[in-house]
Amino acid sequence: MPAPIIEVDRVSKSFGPLRVLEELSFTVAPGEKLALIGPSGSGKTTILRILMTLETINSGHIKVDGEYLFHMPKNGGLAPADERHLHRMRAKIGMVFQLFNLFPHKSVLDNVTLAPILTKGVAKADAERQAMELLDMVGLADKAKAMPAQLSGGQKQRVAIARALALQPKIMLFDEVTSALDPELVEEVLNVMRRLAEETDMTMLLVTHEMGFAHDFADRVLFFDRGSIVEEGPPDEIFTNPKEERTQAFLKKIIAAGQRV
Amino acid sequence: MEWSWSFVWEILPTLLEGVKVTIIATLLGSALALVVGLFVALARRSDNPFLSRGTGFLAEFIRGTPLLVQLYFLFYILPDLGLTLSPLVAGTIGLGLHYGTYTAEVYRAGIENVSRGQWEAAKACNLTTPQAWRHIILPQAIPPMIPALANYFIAMFKETPLLSAITVLELMNQARSVANFNYRYLEPMTLVGVFFLVISIISVIGLRALERRFGRLG
Repeated sequence: MPAPIIEVDRVSKSFGPLRVLEELSFTVAPGEKLALIGPSGSGKTTILRILMTLETINSGHIKVDGEYLFHMPKNGGLAPADERHLHRMRAKIGMVFQLFNLFPHKSVLDNVTLAPILTKGVAKADAERQAMELLDMVGLADKAKAMPAQLSGGQKQRVAIARALALQPKIMLFDEVTSALDPELVEEVLNVMRRLAEETDMTMLLVTHEMGFAHDFADRVLFFDRGSIVEEGPPDEIFTNPKEERTQAFLKKIIAAGQRV
Repeated sequence: MEWSWSFVWEILPTLLEGVKVTIIATLLGSALALVVGLFVALARRSDNPFLSRGTGFLAEFIRGTPLLVQLYFLFYILPDLGLTLSPLVAGTIGLGLHYGTYTAEVYRAGIENVSRGQWEAAKACNLTTPQAWRHIILPQAIPPMIPALANYFIAMFKETPLLSAITVLELMNQARSVANFNYRYLEPMTLVGVFFLVISIISVIGLRALERRFGRLG
């Protein structure tokens, strides 16, 4: 088995008095597609945001691609990471947000080319050629000149995926990327992600409430509740034969709400 | 009392001199307010509590006291401490400091108006903080600030008659001196009103255009 690309080791996180992660530990193999499911407030989005360094941790360690995320070696021990270290680590990770967070003052094409030009020094023409390929892949090559406000939610989210891919991260984080979409627009985004999962060997972590999609997409499912992992396993096992009572109760509610799992 | 056109023509050149000074004071005061506001806004965002709270207290102090009192301090009391300023310089500094505390609030609102998601997306795109400011935050924060800033500068313009109290020869001061000299107040004061009204109306039309172009803050 290859060395894990992500190692989360006894990570705890609180927001004020609220404990959101409780000694959380898990590892992710390179190329693995992981679905994080569980009730709201269970900490699944928080761990994604922590991996993107949008939040810090209170205790524990995280290693990404063999290096500590929030620490760096110093004088034989570990010191808190400085901004330069974080900047270097962020280059390995891309994220797609629930609310898209496209840059509204930039065209679709500029949204995709901005980061490669600024952070990797890619020449504008090369960045634009690569961006057009990515936009073509998400089916939006004809919208390159459009502004984000002119797009539907599903189109915005596909642009956001192209934007994250433009930096060629080793790890992609998808944070409830279809939760803000009208139901009829969900499928176009999921299709792009399916293709991505099939055609690339990128490691992907997906926080979702779409159980049917998690079932098809993931190699492994982590069920979160109250800040820790209650149960994990292959999707067939988790969705059809969950062992833990809390997983069973959660899936029952989801099915009662009319979702396929 | 009868309106005298010949008196109007006689005093018009003097009043126009005053208009010129009024406009100069407004422009210089606005420029200074833009810079002062930026420093106040940055200092208040600082992690250093002495800097952020100290600036906050100072800004509250300036906003909570009348501009006229501040002008008196700058022009009549600073010379006792060894710093003598010309009337126009003292007036410009007074306007700039006073309105700088208001423009600081405009900057703050403009920056906070950009959603947290934009910062997060910039980070996820691995932009450095200066790159995020330059390419993501400021281009979104500045346009809605422009009408709000223009609004304060129009307000500043209408407060420039206060500068007459520290002997700046702006419109009000010129009008008062020709009026006192001739014992005729009707024409000079009417003209002062007309000048302010015309320039205000033109400015407000410009402001509305800015609001249509850039949107409103809020």
